[in-house]
Amino acid sequence: MTVITEVPSPFCGIGTDDLIIRVDGVSLKVIENGCAVNTPAFEQAITDTSPRVDGKEVSLGIAVAKAAALLKDTNQPVIGGCATDVNGMRALLALADRCGAVVDNMNFTGARNNFLAMQDTGWMNTTLAEVKNRCDLLLVVGTDLEAFAPRFFEHYLWNKESMFLDNTGNRQVIYLGKAPSGNASTSPNGQKAKILECATEDLPDVIAVLRALVKDQPIRAASVCGIAVADLQAIATSLKAAKYSVVTWSAGALTYSQAELTVQTLSEMIKDINNQNTRCSGLPLAGKEGDQTANQVCGWTTGYPARTRFSRGYPEYDPYLNDTRFLLDNNEADALVWVQAFNVNAVPPVTNLPTIVIGRSGMTFEKEPDVLIPVGTPGIDHAGHAYRMDNVVAIRLQKLRDSGLPSTAHVMNAIEQALQER
Amino acid sequence: MLIKLTGGAVYDPASGVDGKQQDIYIEDGHIVSKPSGDFQVDKEYDLNGKIVMSGAIDMHTHIGGGKGNIARILLPEDHRQDTVKRTPITRSGCGHAMPSTFVTGYRYAEMGYTAGFEPALLPINARQAHMEMADIPILDKGGYVMLGSDDYLLRLLTAKKDQKAINDYVAWTIQSAKAIGIKVVNPGGINAFKFNQRKLDLDEQNSHYGVTPRDILRVLATAVKEIGISHPLHVHGCNLGVPGNMQTTLDTIQGIGGLPMHLTHIQFHSYGTEGDFKFSSGAAQIAEAVNKNKNITIDVGQILFGQTVTASGDSMRQHANHKHASPNKWVTMDIECDAGCGIVPFKYKDQNFVNALQWAIGLETFLLVDDPWRIFLTTDHPNGAPFTCYPHLIRLLMDRSFRNDVLSTIHPEAQKMTTLASIEREYTLQEIAIMTRTGAAKLIGLKDRGGLSSGNWADITVYTDNADRQLMFEKPDYVFKDGQLVVVDGKVVSTKWGTTHTVKPDFDASVEKDLKDYFDRYLTMKLGNFKISDDEMTEDGRGSLTVHPLRNQS
Ligand SMILES: [Zn+2]
Repeated sequence: MTVITEVPSPFCGIGTDDLIIRVDGVSLKVIENGCAVNTPAFEQAITDTSPRVDGKEVSLGIAVAKAAALLKDTNQPVIGGCATDVNGMRALLALADRCGAVVDNMNFTGARNNFLAMQDTGWMNTTLAEVKNRCDLLLVVGTDLEAFAPRFFEHYLWNKESMFLDNTGNRQVIYLGKAPSGNASTSPNGQKAKILECATEDLPDVIAVLRALVKDQPIRAASVCGIAVADLQAIATSLKAAKYSVVTWSAGALTYSQAELTVQTLSEMIKDINNQNTRCSGLPLAGKEGDQTANQVCGWTTGYPARTRFSRGYPEYDPYLNDTRFLLDNNEADALVWVQAFNVNAVPPVTNLPTIVIGRSGMTFEKEPDVLIPVGTPGIDHAGHAYRMDNVVAIRLQKLRDSGLPSTAHVMNAIEQALQER
Repeated sequence: MLIKLTGGAVYDPASGVDGKQQDIYIEDGHIVSKPSGDFQVDKEYDLNGKIVMSGAIDMHTHIGGGKGNIARILLPEDHRQDTVKRTPITRSGCGHAMPSTFVTGYRYAEMGYTAGFEPALLPINARQAHMEMADIPILDKGGYVMLGSDDYLLRLLTAKKDQKAINDYVAWTIQSAKAIGIKVVNPGGINAFKFNQRKLDLDEQNSHYGVTPRDILRVLATAVKEIGISHPLHVHGCNLGVPGNMQTTLDTIQGIGGLPMHLTHIQFHSYGTEGDFKFSSGAAQIAEAVNKNKNITIDVGQILFGQTVTASGDSMRQHANHKHASPNKWVTMDIECDAGCGIVPFKYKDQNFVNALQWAIGLETFLLVDDPWRIFLTTDHPNGAPFTCYPHLIRLLMDRSFRNDVLSTIHPEAQKMTTLASIEREYTLQEIAIMTRTGAAKLIGLKDRGGLSSGNWADITVYTDNADRQLMFEKPDYVFKDGQLVVVDGKVVSTKWGTTHTVKPDFDASVEKDLKDYFDRYLTMKLGNFKISDDEMTEDGRGSLTVHPLRNQS
């Protein structure tokens, strides 16, 4: 039995690396600094250790050969999930390039709200250490931040010391849209967050008015979607008075059509504030299920984020047509490879196509896949790298135990090798 | 296996060979002397009539790290115009302004380059830069780690810590980030932008720390010298792109007091304020100062006309430059109390007065600096133009009539504001070899690269002599990387993985005591998780590390 300290987590997206974990054989126990996201993700027990073909346990070699056989004559397989570490993504992209597959990260439909805005007009963003030391006003839009990352406030807002604020407890927190599910946003001084609630699908109207107020445009209405314009005016005034305000949102929480326009309005509003003699930055929340990792590695390998097809021999990005769900529903794919090394509950969509699952040990299926290869989890079963939500910091993941489970990279490379030899 | 390259005209400034016909022998990846006695050549290449140089080295090119990847993600429309298909031996990807990693490696190799150095490795983003560069095939690579706007250094300066404390921190950072040099970008300016300062002159104080760019340059240049890093402090100066910044650049040269300093993409820092448009060339004054001050080296950052994207650590200046974004979209980031970045797409137009004069200023600089050992050929890829424009740039330098033909087509007012037409100089092949090979290896401190004598690694490029230097440099007959034939007739025929060049200067281990405390209090990562381990660079089986000697070592 050993105790490992300073363990980095690939699960919460905020790059927590102060976990203390007790390792007993292959079982893990988070003994300090756990949270509702990280603790179950680390403690998830290993169930399957053996690959299966048609439900029967086989060797890794046989499973790999079968996977290669299923992929051999496909025209457009889709590799979904894409939830793994940097080396796993590298190998996944090499396989996709070889077999002309579509690569699609499972969180892309949410992340698309960010990519479409960013690729159309850009943005001004910041990272977690800047928040920790500089942010004097945090505006949370349409997101239950503490449910997303339970330790966000403890780590980055209510930190005892900061380099540029005398008292971090005096930071202002404002929620717009969704109200928080708990009290993590209440400062150590007891100062509660200001909450202006509206329905999520009303955010486009509310944000449009807020931006207009930031630009000193007159608004005739007294309220918008149940929020008093005077309250929005107060937010606009606070944003302009703050020295380093930060606006945060989770693209996946903006669950209405054309939500990219909300992200764009927020991002343009941030630029407007920076043109009014103060600083303001965006902080898009993400970093779950390897989403930032998938987009970063796909970005440098192809030029595009992780919703890209290789079926014509070169990468082609389409944020709508390369959606796994869309391809399956429209019979445009002829095999499904599901890669998910982090989350046993994120199982592949059910399909009649040949299905290969490269998954975290512990998954259960409504329909047994043709090939199942249980893999280790980056940061638990093998070392690796994963990106945090702020996209700049790649955290170095550690190996905590000897489970014998192969890495995603090992399995994907083996399948690619087998395809090459055929 | 013994390879013989027979009868080529060799241009090897490292050993003073200037176009002499010589045979070269290659064994086990290295250039070897002609074996004595009886020996068998396994493979011979007849290079009669060919020109032989060592593999080219790009000493300043943005090929790895977060801002480049933001640039990629930002520009899907650019990639769609230059799609790259996979082949049985190469991966697919995209090209043009900011190519994908694999395509970066192929296209550099196809122009005869065998190494590239990323000049802006943010300490906190160094991991990403190395991971991206690990996916660049064929090339060797390395990076200069960025300091100067990090709060830790500014706190050391405000606390009046001595030079030894600075040296320890600099040496610790270069080791932690696995770098080979130290870069400073808009010294202190990226930090000042976080405090809402929008410009920072050489003697202007950071509003929070009271520290000036001049202070920062001096302590960092001193640190680089004292800890023995071969590559001089690599400086992207204050006021990038601002008319009149020539004076800042001259003051920066004076202010460094004779310490070794490399001024990068100096074209962007050589502007005067004369003429109807209050924008003029400062190249002559800058070149004069460079010629006079032997401690100074420069690379040009030539602009060439067309679409590209600028990706810089200089968030302050890039925010100001967003007005020129084309297409109109741009990104800036404040990063981790460490640095920042800004990404702004640019379309340089020959009929735009400013762009046309920028083009002329770069060329004036190349032609007016006398010593090819102290000036380097760069476009600051992708900021002035994509690296794939190098053969065209070489032709502009080597062929006066071609240069003047192009000059006669640019904005007429810009033609009036440049002395370019009167400059007769044409670069020689040997000068090109110095600037793109031997000089670069010497400047970076690469042992056994950049030369063709025995003992060097066999990074070799073979061209067919052609009066059209663009055609010649676009399409080498052969390129060898570590002795392996990787390119034939300008096309990749095999691939391999290059090494990562680093230095490992010593530091007092006690430096980690204060750093650990700082990381725990203010940063978002544990100190132990911040440092890049050797394993991380090599565990995928294709990366390797090469540690070069310090200046005072042999
Ligand atoms: Zn540069």
